[in-house]
Amino acid sequence: MFETLSIHSVIHVAVVLLFPPLLLGAVNRTKAKFGGRQGQPILQTYYDLAKLLRKESVFSETTTWVFRFGPVVGLATAFVASLIVPMGHASAPLSFAGDVILFAYVLALGRFFTMAAALDTGSAFEGMGAAREATFACLAEPVLFLGLLVLSRISGSLQMSGLLGDSVAGGWATSAAPLLLIAISWFVVLLVENCRIPFDDPNTHLELTMIHEVMVLDHSGPALGLIMYGAALKLFVFAGMIINLVLPFGTGSTLVDWLVFLLGTLLVAVIVGTVESVIARLKMAEIPKLLIGAGVVSLFAVILLLSYS
Amino acid sequence: MNGTELILWGIACSALSGVPALFLSAKSRAGQAISVVLNAVGCGLGLAGVWSFFANGPLPVVRFPSPVAGFNFTVAVDGLSAFFLVPVLLVGGLASIYGLQYWPQDKGMPNARRLSFFLGLMTAAMALLVVAGDGLLFLFGWETMAVSALFLVAVEDHIAETRKAAWLYIAASHFATLSGFGVFALLYSQTGSFEFSTLPNVTSTAAIFMAVLGLFGFGTKAGLMPMHIWLPGAHAAAPSHVSAVMSGVMIKMGVYGVFRTASFFPEIPLSWGLVTLAVGTVSAILGVAFAIGQHDIKRLLAYHSIENIGIIVMGLGLALIGRATGRSEWVLLGICGALLHVWNHALFKSLLFFGAGSVIHSMGTRELDVMGGLGRRMPATATCFLIGAVAICGLPPLNGFVSELMIYLGLFKTIQAEPASLASAAAFAAPGLALVGALAVACFVKVYGIVFLGAGRSEEAAHAHESGLAMTGPMFVLAGCCVLIGVAPLLFAAPLEQAATTWAAAESGTSADISGLSLASLAPLVPVSIIAAILIGLLVVGTAVLLRRVRTSPSSLTWDCGYAAPSARMQYTSSSFAQWLVDLFAWALWPRVHPPKVDTLFPEDTCFESHVDDTVLNKAVRPATRFFAWLFGLSRYLQQGSLQAYLLYILVIVVGLLIWRPGG
Repeated sequence: MFETLSIHSVIHVAVVLLFPPLLLGAVNRTKAKFGGRQGQPILQTYYDLAKLLRKESVFSETTTWVFRFGPVVGLATAFVASLIVPMGHASAPLSFAGDVILFAYVLALGRFFTMAAALDTGSAFEGMGAAREATFACLAEPVLFLGLLVLSRISGSLQMSGLLGDSVAGGWATSAAPLLLIAISWFVVLLVENCRIPFDDPNTHLELTMIHEVMVLDHSGPALGLIMYGAALKLFVFAGMIINLVLPFGTGSTLVDWLVFLLGTLLVAVIVGTVESVIARLKMAEIPKLLIGAGVVSLFAVILLLSYS
Repeated sequence: MNGTELILWGIACSALSGVPALFLSAKSRAGQAISVVLNAVGCGLGLAGVWSFFANGPLPVVRFPSPVAGFNFTVAVDGLSAFFLVPVLLVGGLASIYGLQYWPQDKGMPNARRLSFFLGLMTAAMALLVVAGDGLLFLFGWETMAVSALFLVAVEDHIAETRKAAWLYIAASHFATLSGFGVFALLYSQTGSFEFSTLPNVTSTAAIFMAVLGLFGFGTKAGLMPMHIWLPGAHAAAPSHVSAVMSGVMIKMGVYGVFRTASFFPEIPLSWGLVTLAVGTVSAILGVAFAIGQHDIKRLLAYHSIENIGIIVMGLGLALIGRATGRSEWVLLGICGALLHVWNHALFKSLLFFGAGSVIHSMGTRELDVMGGLGRRMPATATCFLIGAVAICGLPPLNGFVSELMIYLGLFKTIQAEPASLASAAAFAAPGLALVGALAVACFVKVYGIVFLGAGRSEEAAHAHESGLAMTGPMFVLAGCCVLIGVAPLLFAAPLEQAATTWAAAESGTSADISGLSLASLAPLVPVSIIAAILIGLLVVGTAVLLRRVRTSPSSLTWDCGYAAPSARMQYTSSSFAQWLVDLFAWALWPRVHPPKVDTLFPEDTCFESHVDDTVLNKAVRPATRFFAWLFGLSRYLQQGSLQAYLLYILVIVVGLLIWRPGG
């Protein structure tokens, strides 16, 4: 059920604690290169986090304990989720039959409190962000689960470490088409869950058009730091899932496996940055169509897989 | 005294709990106190009986003569009965205590004595129907429950809307009763006895009719879509603690009926399982979609009952598929998930209705859009409501997650079936359940955020007050139960397995024998506890550290992008929060929008209104029954009210009988 405290678990936790902010740096650097700019240092997110954790917070008089609790839940749930996803071609520290469901639901718990904290400020902007986040999550969740169904049939497992383990490598030999479709739709899920273009633009100048950023407008200081780190962690977790899906091949050496994995997640970050640079944000009303499209693609993947046998 | 006798004495005590008050003054506080104590004692006795069942094994079967000559009433407590008895007695007793302050007799609340009397009677009737070992006693308890609930819904019968809701309720309820008669009459015709037993032959027409009547008749009581039409109105119109009992427990009696009927069949065709699963999935998705469109807090919770009944029926469908295909793992996961969800829904839905009642008690309205900021004024209610909200969304570390996890596991196992048979179709219910979960999160963030967070949207919200201990106490008990099941589900594995084994009719030698399986080996009950501990630990430590760090932080206005004078009316409302999702589901919800009309150069004050009504009731049932309403309305011409006319009818009939001699 649980991995004994192995060297892998130690590396896993250490990577989860230290590595994710680098991904945001990679995304920003990619966007800067596309824009012909020098760009901020690739370690900028670390500097930002260090700065925010030292700063003071300002709390709105309207808010209650829920507002302070929200960022903590957001980070704690992202952390638990990151312990479920296998990394570096080894089983994750938390692994048991059914942990795939826990993965989705623990992230939903984080979303619940992030949205509640937004509503706690009594601001129309933040309410708007929460409503959008809730709506898109409803469309993204089934896509994630359809992908899990495909992997579950290929691997015969109900553990994330089994689903995204060695069986995927065999799966590419026997049922490549469904896996490819799932990889594509999961990338869409990654973009929407992490509030990236074409769904959301964290850098827009107008709060009216934001989703995630507008929910956390009122957070400041250490609380904002927690949110920022939580966002980086979530991006890392989803990038990790996609890397497990498309690069499931182990080399036998722990060090090389981890390097491949970490470089892979950086590659995903670069691709995210590229997507953000080359296409514009969708009109709000178009977003559900893209998500439903991803759902249809994954549904097709499941049916295709079932038709093989 | 043995366990069965304890339960029966408890039932008697609860049934009569309201009688002494009837002989006291209508404003007697003592009268109400007596009913509450008697009902609580009755429920306590019953729970003691259930405890002795779970601790010491089977209870003796008791038979006594029934009013129908030649038949006995049988009281037989088995695993399934005992399992359903727990929420009946727990919620029934707590609701009674809650009523002390919610509907105080001495403050001149309308029909308070009637409410106490029928609340006790309904609790007893439900307990009786689940311990019934034969169809007659079952129907006796069923009808007592249905009629008591009518009087409970209609407590505020001076309001026209309440009377309408009550009539609709009793009409739907009698449809369910009629189906119940059908089910047991067919059972009698097949087995020669009203006692519960397995049918000899499942492919006969009678057996198929029984299954259909069981699913759709009892499903009407349970509130399955599309037979749910009575549910939102009745739950909204009833006093909140009655809604808690109705939603938490009474509709579970419909579920019990469906489960019991399913246990009569030694074998199940695969199609029955697939149909059941499909009905459950549709119910769950549309139930929560309708819930999102509501801005009456109690109607919203009522639609969530439809959703949760859908989830329970999904579990049942999975178990039936497992029985049809001989997969005992699917059976155990499906039925245990469904049964645990019965408990869980009873706990968190009663908790939420109690919380809603506490808010309504303080605000005097059920309208979400005038609330706001109540978390500061009512901290105990807000905390309990939050626990209920997180639990009903199925989020860890609370109880809803555990039962949904079992159903998910079973559904995921179906997709692994080799070869990809028809049964894999069941797997498509898993993304459906994921959609339901995400919609439920959206809906409960909305409710909790609009009611308890932000700034108050009205004068009443600014002066709200916390409820007394008789109301908050029961909420804390239920919240505690939600946490306990979520954190330590292993404690409840034994009763679950016992109920599941009873249901799967092990003695008839079904193809999917589950008696050798253990729930703990199939579902990760221990890891769930460990995760809950990790999660709670992280949250406690994280919050403590953050709060220490920001202890001296200044406070100020909400930043709001620099706008310096935000007002409470600028906040997002429940309708605006839900608007996008309502639009996405517009094909089912048919939302009605009344935009303001501007037709002069200097328009006056105007208003905007939008609401989501029940599509099935308004678009299908009402038009379809219009003809019958007209037809039966014709018979009013016969009702002349003059004696001469009635004598004429008699004469006509006598003459008619002289001409046409039946049998002669």
